[in-house]
Amino acid sequence: MALLEVKDLQVRVEDREILHGLSLTVNPGEVHAIMGPNGSGKSTLSHVIAGKPGYEVTGGQILFRGEDLLEMAPDERAAKGVFLAFQYPVEIPGVATMNFLRTALNAQRKARGESEYSTPDFLKKVREVSKSLNIPQDMLKRGVNVGFSGGEKKRNEILQMALFEPSLCILDEMDSGLDIDALRIAADGVNALRSPERAMVVITHYQRLLNYIVPDFVHVMAKGSVVKTGGKELALELEGSGYAQFEHAA
Amino acid sequence: MVAVQETVDRVRRIDVDQYRYGFETLIESEKAPKGLSEDIVRFISEKKSEPAWMLEWRLEAYRRWLTMTEPTWARVNYPKIDYQDLYYYAAPKPKKTLSSIDEIDPEILKTYEKLGIPLREVAILEGVEPPPGGEPSEQRRIAVDAVFDSVSVATTFQKELKKAGVIFMPISEAIREHPELVRKYLGSVVPTSDNFFATLNSAVFSDGSFVYVPPGVRCPMELSTYFRINERNTGQFERTLIIADKGSYVSYLEGCTAPQRDENQLHAAVVELVALDDAEIKYSTVQNWYPGNSEGKGGIYNFVTKRGECRGANSKISWTQVETGSAITWKYPSCILRGDHSRGEFYSIAISNGYQQVDSGTKMIHLGKNTSSRIISKGIAAGKSQNTYRGLVTAHRKATGARNYTACDSLLIGDKCGAHTVPYVEAKNSSATFEHEATTSKISEDVLFYCVQRGLSQEEAVGLVVNGFVKDVLQQLPMEFAVEAQKLISISLEGSVG
Ligand SMILES: Nc1ncnc2c1ncn2[C@@H]1O[C@H](COP(=O)(O)OP(=O)(O)O)[C@@H](O)[C@H]1O
Ligand SMILES: [Mg+2]
Repeated sequence: MALLEVKDLQVRVEDREILHGLSLTVNPGEVHAIMGPNGSGKSTLSHVIAGKPGYEVTGGQILFRGEDLLEMAPDERAAKGVFLAFQYPVEIPGVATMNFLRTALNAQRKARGESEYSTPDFLKKVREVSKSLNIPQDMLKRGVNVGFSGGEKKRNEILQMALFEPSLCILDEMDSGLDIDALRIAADGVNALRSPERAMVVITHYQRLLNYIVPDFVHVMAKGSVVKTGGKELALELEGSGYAQFEHAA
Repeated sequence: MVAVQETVDRVRRIDVDQYRYGFETLIESEKAPKGLSEDIVRFISEKKSEPAWMLEWRLEAYRRWLTMTEPTWARVNYPKIDYQDLYYYAAPKPKKTLSSIDEIDPEILKTYEKLGIPLREVAILEGVEPPPGGEPSEQRRIAVDAVFDSVSVATTFQKELKKAGVIFMPISEAIREHPELVRKYLGSVVPTSDNFFATLNSAVFSDGSFVYVPPGVRCPMELSTYFRINERNTGQFERTLIIADKGSYVSYLEGCTAPQRDENQLHAAVVELVALDDAEIKYSTVQNWYPGNSEGKGGIYNFVTKRGECRGANSKISWTQVETGSAITWKYPSCILRGDHSRGEFYSIAISNGYQQVDSGTKMIHLGKNTSSRIISKGIAAGKSQNTYRGLVTAHRKATGARNYTACDSLLIGDKCGAHTVPYVEAKNSSATFEHEATTSKISEDVLFYCVQRGLSQEEAVGLVVNGFVKDVLQQLPMEFAVEAQKLISISLEGSVG
């Protein structure tokens, strides 16, 4: 069974249709890249999959392991294994990162009927993962994303991804605002999480990221639909020719 | 320690309309006849076997009160209170004179047990976590004075405190046993003529706590009072007086609950604090009176006068309050900074939900040289509530070098509530430095979505964000109070988001 099936999805925001019948199938173990110019609807797609309020689905379906995802509350989707690494992670002042991680992890585990992590087990796990992502321990004591650099915010997203062990990871513009070293660390973190059970949807404007996270499929989005699908070579092709050709096609 | 699992569970368990402390205790009680008159004042005084001077003091206040009118300047609305339709005295009927805790009506003990308040002399270990990176927690003990309707039913740890020279007893007892102290200090910070509610309290107060810490003594444990209104149609008028003599220190905690009732109940307390040279008083409140139901019916009218005077040089008074309950809150814990180099602090979390109305803040009156004050106020409004911060900072002509820092932050949840900030600042000398910062923000949809995407429910997310918002103030509370306050915050915001 496919992990994620988006079928003919139509989405409106404030009476304007943003996605016009988008379809996408993702199987476990696959890495899909979604590329497209600004404003083509990439973030909208990721938000609708994750269940952000404010979007009206006027047609189509989203199935997750065959279950109707649109019927589930966003926290339920998270507990089922849908993870979205945000393009712009928010700051939560006064809430220590470590505390946030633990609260969220235990909320998910509880929703799945699993036992909560004991404090030592949890700390051990966080230490391991944060070390591999080059995240200093004192960053975990600070408020969630408060005063974090762009790179730190993105690493914090990947840290959460590693801790929560979701089966579907959607990464929205993970590369934006990162220099090449920061990008490499983040990409290594993501690659370490690739597994036959887990699928990834990597949203990006630039081909650069895909040199580090090599996708199995590349979809080109323009004006609210997928206009072309191919293998990893499609990304390179785009690097040369740009998006202009597709903007007309859409 | 945000949104601990227990909080989350508890939030899940309760309905919007459920107030955790809303049970009623069935005990026999003795009441004065309804209404207020000189005779009632005399009745109360006689019940307490008070000396003549105390009765005179009360009568003077009563006569003054007759000439006063209820204040209307606060941003709160309520139907006119009929002061003749209230009982001014209710006491659990004692089977005999009590000489130890074992003789307290077991129903009352059960009530306090339900409230989680230990009246027996046992150590409190529950809920105490060592601070991150801090030392493992010592066994902390708290002496409790429990006030049930109009009378104090038990004061624990009396003997041990006595050894340290600390006097901690119901004020009705202190009037008889330590008249020299009570006469000297009662009404010296909040005069009987102070304001409508304080004057009423002076006439009819029935009990409350009295604390005296002698020179150089660091009070060996936290002192605590729990107020419980049980009787129907009964006003509660407690009076608290705390004196920290030269170089002493005391930390005092106050908690309040009431049963859930359809009619409103009046609570008009007066708290006076006096800190002499180099003394420090830390006063913390977690106020959780019944706030009324989801339609705005019932709830406590909390019209309270709290004031501390830093009478001596280098003295310090610090107020910390977490206000989650009451239908109406009218409360301005203040500091008179008379001693040179004295310091006043006010840390406040005021949460309103449903139809609650909060008008709260502080006054920092700088009279002495180089006095300093700090105000950190966090107002959270949800539902259809109104939440006002009202503050006054003044520096007298002689208060050279006075300093104040004020930060008022308001957080709105939803769009049917209101937050208001009304700061008054007045410096009568040019060397005073007053800083004021204020922010108002709405709880951000993006932040909530971020949290729910990570698996938190909407309620948990709100609780988490709010606990982050109030963290600076929570940190001022003693540990077990902070834990309790944190839970209360989440509970009181239950149902605030769609
Ligand atoms: N909340 C919103 N309100 C109005 N328009 C929106 C909103 N979110 C997105 N849009 C519009 O939808 C289109 C797609 O946006 P988005 O999904 O962010 O694209 P991308 O991520 O590909 O840059 C844009 O035209 C954008 O202006
Ligand atoms: Mg985008």
